[in-house]
Amino acid sequence: MTKFTRRDFIKAVSAASALPLIGASAQAAEPLKVGFIFLGPVGDYGWTWAHNKGRLELEAALGGAVKTTYVENVKEDASAVPILRDLARQGNKLIFATSFGYMDQVLEVAKEFPDVKFEHCTGFKRAANVSTYNSRFHEGRAVTGTIAGKVSKSGVIGYLGSFKIPEVVMGVNAFTLAAQAVNPKIQTKLVMIDSWFDPAKETAATETLANLGADVIATHTDSPAPLQYAQKKGVFGFGQGADMSKFAPKAHLTAIEDIWGPHYIARAKAAIDGSWKSEDSWDGIKEGAVKVSAYNASLPQDVQDAANKIIEGYKAGSYDVFTGPIYDQAGTLKVKAGEKLGLGDLATIDWYVKGIQSA
Amino acid sequence: MTLTFIIDVLVTIIGITTPILLAASGELVVEKSGVINLGVEGMMLVGTIAGFAVTFETGNPWLGILVAMLAGAGAATIFAVLVLSLGANQVATGLALTIFGIGLSSLIGSNYVGIAIDPVESPFPPALANESFWRIIFGHSPFVYFAIILVLAIGWFINKTRAGLVLRAVGENDLSAHSIGYPVIAIRYAAVAFGGAIAGIAGADFSMVISPLWAEQMTAGRGWIALALVVFAGWRAGRLLAGAYFFGVLMALELYAKASGHAIFPSQFWAAMPYLIAVIVLALISSRDGKDGKAPACLGKPFIPNG
Amino acid sequence: MRLWLEKRLEPSRTMLVLTPVLSVIAIMMLGIIIFDGLGYDGPQAVWELFFTPVLDVYKWRDVASKAAPLIIIALGLSLGNQAKIWNIGAEGQYILGAIGAAGVGFVTQSMTGFWIIPLMILVGMMCGAFYAAIPAVLRTRYGVSEVLSSLMFVYVSLQLLSYLITGPWKDPDGHNFPQTAQLTTAQLLPRELGDSGIPPGLLVALIAAALFYIIVSRTVFGFSVRAIGEAPHAARYGGFSSNGIVWATLMISGAMAGLAGVLELMQLTRLNLGYPSGYGFTAIIVSLLGRSHPIGVFIAGIVLAVTYVGGQVAQTVVHVPNATAGLFQALLLFAILASDLLVRYRIRISLASSNKGARG
Repeated sequence: MTKFTRRDFIKAVSAASALPLIGASAQAAEPLKVGFIFLGPVGDYGWTWAHNKGRLELEAALGGAVKTTYVENVKEDASAVPILRDLARQGNKLIFATSFGYMDQVLEVAKEFPDVKFEHCTGFKRAANVSTYNSRFHEGRAVTGTIAGKVSKSGVIGYLGSFKIPEVVMGVNAFTLAAQAVNPKIQTKLVMIDSWFDPAKETAATETLANLGADVIATHTDSPAPLQYAQKKGVFGFGQGADMSKFAPKAHLTAIEDIWGPHYIARAKAAIDGSWKSEDSWDGIKEGAVKVSAYNASLPQDVQDAANKIIEGYKAGSYDVFTGPIYDQAGTLKVKAGEKLGLGDLATIDWYVKGIQSA
Repeated sequence: MTLTFIIDVLVTIIGITTPILLAASGELVVEKSGVINLGVEGMMLVGTIAGFAVTFETGNPWLGILVAMLAGAGAATIFAVLVLSLGANQVATGLALTIFGIGLSSLIGSNYVGIAIDPVESPFPPALANESFWRIIFGHSPFVYFAIILVLAIGWFINKTRAGLVLRAVGENDLSAHSIGYPVIAIRYAAVAFGGAIAGIAGADFSMVISPLWAEQMTAGRGWIALALVVFAGWRAGRLLAGAYFFGVLMALELYAKASGHAIFPSQFWAAMPYLIAVIVLALISSRDGKDGKAPACLGKPFIPNG
Repeated sequence: MRLWLEKRLEPSRTMLVLTPVLSVIAIMMLGIIIFDGLGYDGPQAVWELFFTPVLDVYKWRDVASKAAPLIIIALGLSLGNQAKIWNIGAEGQYILGAIGAAGVGFVTQSMTGFWIIPLMILVGMMCGAFYAAIPAVLRTRYGVSEVLSSLMFVYVSLQLLSYLITGPWKDPDGHNFPQTAQLTTAQLLPRELGDSGIPPGLLVALIAAALFYIIVSRTVFGFSVRAIGEAPHAARYGGFSSNGIVWATLMISGAMAGLAGVLELMQLTRLNLGYPSGYGFTAIIVSLLGRSHPIGVFIAGIVLAVTYVGGQVAQTVVHVPNATAGLFQALLLFAILASDLLVRYRIRISLASSNKGARG
């Protein structure tokens, strides 16, 4: 049992002294060490689960050329800094920080380790060795919105949000616009619960929305609890971040899945062959980053066709849910007919489209 | 404003209130005996994971509830040993218990993420339980009925039975109770264990009824609201029942206000309300000189017999 | 054979120092068993948790960063502990301190000057003290237990924080995320003092510990605090106002918590929803572990910081879930609370046959 103590001590010392050596000997034989920090637990069946799935796809695709490590439940405060530093000192040359709240911490550690490449998910600040990456989730919401518009009999959709941040705003906007394209009378009741994860509150909020007439529920929170309630009550819902049909086999119409594998594989390859550059990437349905999961068998064919049409439209580049005319809640024309909302505007959006009732 | 809508709203309120009512009822008994156990959140979480895991593994929810009770009581007993037999500081031990419960439940729960179980259904036949009007009486989970019966039983026990009188005596003046011959420490052990068992059931309500899954810290601070509630109720069972539902109404009100677009106040105001009200009530009941509604005189003080 | 506990005439000083040490060792042993039982490499996990942060020089900086706020807050709490006044709401005062400093930051964001940082610290400490004054007035005027009232106000402070960073103080360049703008260089203390890697917070903690030591052991005020705690009636007879002590200890601990809040804000460089880290609660444990004595608190703060940092290391190296650090802190505290008994009582064994009348 004493062996590990020496080995560990040696590890600590060599980690400190080997830093300059690692940079010099980046031979192809040496596998690329890739690190991940996750906000939640990998089994959360939501945001983190999807990132971890991407990590596993990376391992499967590149085999012995990469070696991955991850740390879960990393809080979005100063404690992320030592963890990022540890990953860098342990030899990880490509590190993915999978949540917005790691922004400052990533930038700070990136300054200390200029030869380590960092990628910050959903962020907007970059550096020479810091990239940002995101997915065009709203494309998936256009699909689910279309389905909701066709399926809803009451014309009222319940939408659970977490915080009023651009990602959530653009999501509910895309969803509502797509639903209105199918049924112009659709109204979306939006409730922000000020948390990403609180199953009891999510359930109560879903209950409230259902009581107020919503017969389709969409969420931008992490737990499957709303779907469980939907199943109980006999209304419909969508999985968020992962296929959640096993939580609600009848209520779960489809889900938007976050597919991070292709991005991780592409960036790892770039890091290995030296072509990695700091950039801001937003992949969508076309690139395979956003996937719509299998439809519920009970979904009528015409609804499935309508949804597939949206998917095909995105793949071909011929469809964009944010094509004008788009009005905001006050009735002001924000996007002229035929024009599109660019990603830049979407990244900072703070207004809701007409038809969304928010508090 | 149809009848169906009113019933739906009531159902929501009842669902939100039940776990808090349960946890607070247990803590009421504990504090009546003169002990303050701040570890409610930890004990609830232990019950949450115990109930979920056992129900998942055995398929038997009643076994799950039983184990949740035992788990909560077990956690509380750790506290009791430290505080009652070893004389440790109640506040520190209670906080440590919270941290312990959070950590232990997260550790055990890491094996149970991403799993769903069937929620525990109403004990009444489906015809009654799902009937559009009668569901307001018959459509709830066993936890709801148990909570209401429990708090009424606790009130009756404390005020109308001899054993309840002894409990109060131990909490108000432990030295006198001791000199009369009552086993103060044993009574406090029983009270603390009881509080833990009920907290365990309260925790199980989250993972077995409200949202039948496991997620770390899924009680999301309801244990602290339960502590506030005991104070808010002036340590009286009847007021506890009313107070719990009042809190439930406030929380439901926040959601309805948001969902109907009339939030008026920022949502943080709604979220802070229960705590602010608890403090105001604390101030009001404490400044009255009557014995009514004051904290048990020995609350938080260790029992040190002279003889 | 009989075993019984005999109260010591005086708390044992050896035990006072020995019990925490024994507890740490006992918990380490327990840890190896628990981790092995759960399928992890037990000895390595415990090594990473307890020893790596102490032996790995790179980790000292992290330990220092974590220990500083814990020590600062705990010093303030210890004063109250000695007077049996329990400030459970230090977390709320910590948050208010950061809010106060962030407010100054908001107002002065386009200004420079040496006065900015001291102003932030002053305002932060005042906000913390003011926030602690609320439970003080509730206790002195209304007889409300400060344990309960200060706890309730923690939740209120969380909501206040949320309101400010999603509303009036939201970063205009933050893409509408709930956070304040970053503090400017004029508003930030350096990350470390020179090249030493020592965070300024640790220096503050050291100075504060020395100050508190002097106050507690050498001033009349310090004496009065202890007196009120140990013999309230005698103390009042001697002229010490218990209400005055309530105000003083609560506001001092509030100010210290606020100070820690300001220093941590400068480490994080902005306020966001992840800011409340629970230091205010952990500091309660630190103050009790350190037996409410400034030197003990300083050491206890380091010990707890070691378990935090160790928990992170154990995560990255052994892949132990991060719930573990909290679990170990709780077990450590249980052990020390339990072993407290040995400080006040001596275990006596008598091999003679039991005789109810005879006493040792």
